[in-house]
Amino acid sequence: MDATGIGLWGVPLAILGGAIRVSTPFIFVSLGEAITERSGRINLGLEGTLVFGAMTAYAVAVMTNSPWLGLLAAAAAGLCFGLFHGWICKFPKVNDIAIGIALMLFGSGLAFFFGKPFIKPKAPNLPAIPFGAWSDIPQVQAALDVNVLFLIGAALSLVLWWAFRNTRAGLIVRVVGDSSDAARAMGLDPNTVRLIATGVGGALAGIGGAYLSLYYPGSWTERISSGQGLMAVALVIFARWNPLGCFASALLFGGAGALGPALQSVGVTQGYYLFYAAPYILTLIIMIATSSPTRSLAGAPGELSITK
Amino acid sequence: MTDRFMLNRRQLLKTTAAGAALGLASASFPISRAFATAATVGFIYVGPKDDYGYNQAHAEGAAALNGIEGISVVEEENVPETVDVQKTMESMINLDGASLIFPTSFGYFDPHMLAMCAKFPDVQFRHCGGMWDKAKHPMNAGSYFGYIGMGQYLNGVVAGHTSKSKKLGFVAAKPIPQVLLNINSFLLGARSVDPAITCQVIFTGEWSLAVKEAEAANALVDQGADVITCHVDSPKVVVETVAGRGAFVCGYHANQSPLAPEKYLTGAEWNWAKVYKMFVDDLIAGTPLPNFTRGGLADGFVKMSPLGPAVGEPARKQFDATLAEMMKGGFSVIKGPLKSNKGAVVATEGQAFAETAIELESMDYLVEGVVGSTA
Repeated sequence: MDATGIGLWGVPLAILGGAIRVSTPFIFVSLGEAITERSGRINLGLEGTLVFGAMTAYAVAVMTNSPWLGLLAAAAAGLCFGLFHGWICKFPKVNDIAIGIALMLFGSGLAFFFGKPFIKPKAPNLPAIPFGAWSDIPQVQAALDVNVLFLIGAALSLVLWWAFRNTRAGLIVRVVGDSSDAARAMGLDPNTVRLIATGVGGALAGIGGAYLSLYYPGSWTERISSGQGLMAVALVIFARWNPLGCFASALLFGGAGALGPALQSVGVTQGYYLFYAAPYILTLIIMIATSSPTRSLAGAPGELSITK
Repeated sequence: MTDRFMLNRRQLLKTTAAGAALGLASASFPISRAFATAATVGFIYVGPKDDYGYNQAHAEGAAALNGIEGISVVEEENVPETVDVQKTMESMINLDGASLIFPTSFGYFDPHMLAMCAKFPDVQFRHCGGMWDKAKHPMNAGSYFGYIGMGQYLNGVVAGHTSKSKKLGFVAAKPIPQVLLNINSFLLGARSVDPAITCQVIFTGEWSLAVKEAEAANALVDQGADVITCHVDSPKVVVETVAGRGAFVCGYHANQSPLAPEKYLTGAEWNWAKVYKMFVDDLIAGTPLPNFTRGGLADGFVKMSPLGPAVGEPARKQFDATLAEMMKGGFSVIKGPLKSNKGAVVATEGQAFAETAIELESMDYLVEGVVGSTA
């Protein structure tokens, strides 16, 4: 081994660094979807919201030269998408899954349309905090450059986990998600609660998109997401609608995604397609191991159209 | 649903443009028929046409046709390599009256373009990179490609001089012959400077996966690679990530130097304008279009990005000398004695494969010094 490379240590370091770098969009989209699904709706459109958020953030950052304004704009755009979904779904006999798929295509298409002039310009990036400054090894420093959004995402998952259990708002969302009838008996309007929950979920997905275009990989192209929004929606089920679980599974997916390139970089070059499939194989195994034919998924909101 | 929308949009644009043109023409030119379009040429891209990469290179070539009198260009981007591309071709032929179509992505050829060739025998189809074979394929089909491996060899020469760690990196999409030739050429170019240099390759498995490409670039830098190049559809992410980590980068497909002016050494670029003009000249002249077109640096099919500020004097000298040698034609990157990285002999002593050698188009090995595997 030579002095410049770090050899096999590169693998755990890449998994750690990858988990931090890659996971953030997963964290935000899955937390947003967790809120929405806890209220009894599924919003599959978050992939479209993610892409539109990425485009909006980049465009606004280019025009105003401020990544923070871009982030804000992405959240606002995501909020609009979420509210739109929530508004349509309040009408009777509307299928939330079908609307979600329509919004997914609509969001991506709209982002491509408006995003054309912003592929070439360069936007300022969101700042990172150099937690690796204590180390002299540049690889460690690079892996521990942690973006503020990752920290916000981590904090948010804790707060949400606590809020679902202990706050009035959290209980309202859960009641609406578990039984519309019970919610109505309590004097709550399920549609309003779901509208707000879907709106907040959309805003979080928009922030996830801003991370993609303004930090990592840090540019706007039409292929920026490559299905991460959809994967994050699936993560929510994997995480059993638990915000802490969302955070953990996002980290797992991020780290597992870094495994393939890292192994190839240290010379384990056979079977890389298999390594790339690792996160999905892992998901399958955990899903099979934890599911049961005799009961519904633990933690699933009762009003969710996939569990009804 | 999407297709119908696109048809409508196309029709709408066509009608409005035709209406506007008609109004303009009748106002200023009494004899408007003399200015009627002689031929319409269609271009189909698999991704966005301003991707700093493969599609942008083709779109720049298509844009070069705009000034030619009597030629109008229609383009469609983001067309998947599925039955969608057949619909696009049909609409270009039926609605726009295209008589020559360039489906530019590898996966368009078989079966999509071939199906259209059979359905529209009067329309000419030319495919980028596909292996047109006189025995198997119709005469209104054809393929064109450039020897861009030469450009990667020159990238390697500059990389070999610039690298301090003697480790290079390559972010590759899929292990197909064109990609393998580029990887091998990059390393052999570097080894012409210092035979101790190695090149680490990472395959991402897809032509465009922004996050995985960024991870691959980070992993290569982590392992000490200090000059990195790539063969993916859009090198933007790789160039920005590598430069952000402080390593040097060589470009591919198009000129990416605006993305990293300090760290960009040089790059292997397509010059499709030359190729497309050639085809269109034949079309206007009414001569049959060639079916099998290939060319390299000497033919103007491929060009190099201007050398960046970090390129030193010895690198510049060897770059210029090698380029001059290549411009004479017949330069061989793969020449014996040469082994693959699995130890198999790929070229014996005295054996050399010139850029035109058809064997290179079925390459299935990585040469000694490349750390990586084709499967």
